[in-house]
Amino acid sequence: MDAQHITTKERLAIPRQEMPAQLPEVRIHNFNEVHLGYTPELARQEALRCIQCKDPVCIKGCPVNIKIDQFIKLIAEGNFLGAAKKIKEDNVLPAICGRVCPQEDQCEKMCILTKKHESVAIGNLERFAADYERETGNVELPSVKSSTAKKVAVIGSGPAGLSCANDLIQLGHAVTVFEALHELGGVLVYGIPEFRLPKEIVKAEIEGLKQLGVVFVTNAVAGRSITVDELLKEEHFDAVFIGVGAGLPWFMGILGENLLGVYSANEFLTRVNLMKSYQFPENDTPVFNCKGKNVAVFGGGNTAMDAVRTAKRLGAEHAYIVYRRSKAEMPARLEELHHAEKEGIEFMLLMNPVEFIGNDQQWLTGVKCLKMELGEPDDSGRRRPVPIKDSEFILPIDMAVISIGNGSNPLIKQTTPDIEVSKRDTIVVDMNTMATSKENVYAGGDIVTGGATVILAMGAGRTAAAAIHEKLMGVSAK
Amino acid sequence: MFTPYRTIQQVSIITYEIEEPMYQIVSAQFLAENIKKIEIEAPRIAKKRKAGQFVMIRVGETGERIPLTIAGSDPEKGTITIIVQGMGKSTRELNRKEAGDTIHDIVGPLGTPSHIENFGTAVSIGGGVGTAIAYPTAVALKEAGNNVITINGARSKDLVILEKEMAAVSDEAYITTDDGSYGFHGFVTQKLQELIDSGKKIDLVLAIGPIPMMRAVAEVTRPYNIKTVVSLNPIMVDGTGMCGGCRVTVNNETKFACVDGPEFDAHQVDFKNLMDRNKLYLPEEKHSTDAFAHKCHMHKQA
Repeated sequence: MDAQHITTKERLAIPRQEMPAQLPEVRIHNFNEVHLGYTPELARQEALRCIQCKDPVCIKGCPVNIKIDQFIKLIAEGNFLGAAKKIKEDNVLPAICGRVCPQEDQCEKMCILTKKHESVAIGNLERFAADYERETGNVELPSVKSSTAKKVAVIGSGPAGLSCANDLIQLGHAVTVFEALHELGGVLVYGIPEFRLPKEIVKAEIEGLKQLGVVFVTNAVAGRSITVDELLKEEHFDAVFIGVGAGLPWFMGILGENLLGVYSANEFLTRVNLMKSYQFPENDTPVFNCKGKNVAVFGGGNTAMDAVRTAKRLGAEHAYIVYRRSKAEMPARLEELHHAEKEGIEFMLLMNPVEFIGNDQQWLTGVKCLKMELGEPDDSGRRRPVPIKDSEFILPIDMAVISIGNGSNPLIKQTTPDIEVSKRDTIVVDMNTMATSKENVYAGGDIVTGGATVILAMGAGRTAAAAIHEKLMGVSAK
Repeated sequence: MFTPYRTIQQVSIITYEIEEPMYQIVSAQFLAENIKKIEIEAPRIAKKRKAGQFVMIRVGETGERIPLTIAGSDPEKGTITIIVQGMGKSTRELNRKEAGDTIHDIVGPLGTPSHIENFGTAVSIGGGVGTAIAYPTAVALKEAGNNVITINGARSKDLVILEKEMAAVSDEAYITTDDGSYGFHGFVTQKLQELIDSGKKIDLVLAIGPIPMMRAVAEVTRPYNIKTVVSLNPIMVDGTGMCGGCRVTVNNETKFACVDGPEFDAHQVDFKNLMDRNKLYLPEEKHSTDAFAHKCHMHKQA
């Protein structure tokens, strides 16, 4: 079938194309990416399912308003490079977002097909176009406007910082990105595992920015190695963008939380992803030896899924998700939930941990839980879990990973008191410009919203870049 | 600008050569067996660091990130000094480095600086390589006008480090050795008890060394209500507050040593929990250390 002569009826008759993936029994023994990507044939077939609505509501579901109908049409026509370019007009990190966006809550949720059929696999197509462009060596560097002689500092090399740096360098500003860790990419490298987002893809995106002239400085902790005021006054940056993420893990505050074998998801994932402890002893950093052990991860978000599937890959006998609500309330991407189920992750739903129990050597041996039932909806609109009386039981576990979210790192607040923060210590900004209460200082991503998504952080970085340009040049970026 | 990461733009063809960030060792010498003083080029850290702060070091590309307290700095020269005792693989690897060698990554200064003011009489106690950490704080206490007493403890005479440096900032300086081969025969706690018993008014005790020593010092000062500060050394990964691996129990509350510390009120620290948590990777540490020792041995034979 070709894209020109296909009726809507014919389009609707095509089933949603599954993306080939490693088999669950194979992938639980490796850290390679789960999905293998669409072939060109599968991508075209899927793209043909799009009925090219006059009013493409999917675009409204996208936080950065990618021209979804247009790029899908280009894929259907076989113009894959054109599709990649079209996406990049609005999204600078499509290979990453195609993999990690919660599409079922955004573009795909709005897709008109969902009324009677399954939505178009917009995320899979976005990923395909970006991968095709990169893998065929066709990534073209965008043109960079002539130098404005303005300098902008970007703090943090995660999604917010990278997208902000990308837009600013193209507008002709000199951009320096400061990263606290020894590797670039922020949560994309320390948080999201290789099997969900290959680090090579993140490296390729960063390499592109380097080629455009963005300068990256690793091992620079904002608030310690360098402060916002020093960047403005001593280093003479004209503006600063803060995209440091939400980097202070919450614990549950229950008894036994400091026993040996209790980790935050950040620590567990950082050891495995950033420090590559799954390759111990070739890499020096060790991590809890999960082989044949029982591991429980507490939480229901993407990070919890990442952690539990990592434990499984490290050889855990039983890998549990312990969550106090039901599956319907889990904030994780649907796809990650499905993958986890297929990989043999055991879901202990409607259970609330109340105490960790250890042996006389202080090693964790179990967790005392209460069974819950769902009551009335709470402030978040989700039904509030209520404990069931006398339902206490002990789940024997050797390792616990706590994945209930992150607070804000206090370093910026402590060292730059004139930036206004909320009660939750997130930075307060004007959402139209991402400007903070401090002159020429902007912020975006999780440090503003609290733990959210890659795409929202990316959108915030771009909004800030446009506002910074306008402020520095006195003209609009568009 | 940070110097380590340079971008060189060539005219006409746009190619960029990104240098790996590397940190040069300016000088390195052993102070005692297995304890080495290493001076590293790190201009920004040298300029900013305050007593009590630390750096995270990754020796090589496959290395772990380890916290080491900054023993001193020369802001003009742009260098910092660390003093390292070869314990596990990473510290032994570091101790084999000489002037001219490089270290892959250093980040800092991290941690909350020591709280320095004129307390009156301050006793700074260093046990073993802990003296390297006690030293900069002793300097800062002296500069703040305190009457500074230092107790520098080691197992035996040849393991005593920074004797002259400590003496130079002290109004009274004592050396103790466990075997009596030098100075006072006994533990630092015995010397401290002696000072207290002599009727001296002590306003602050700072103790840095092995956990059992710090715990023992806390027990000596507790009955007298002498403010006592210890610098804790839990296992860390990032050192910036992101992972929570370094959490310690202080006054029954969980604190992150990397951002809330590393210095805490000794009378409120749960030393048992710290000691237990530091045993988390004993088998893995032993494996790495043995493999490294074997590699060095083979290297020597070849």
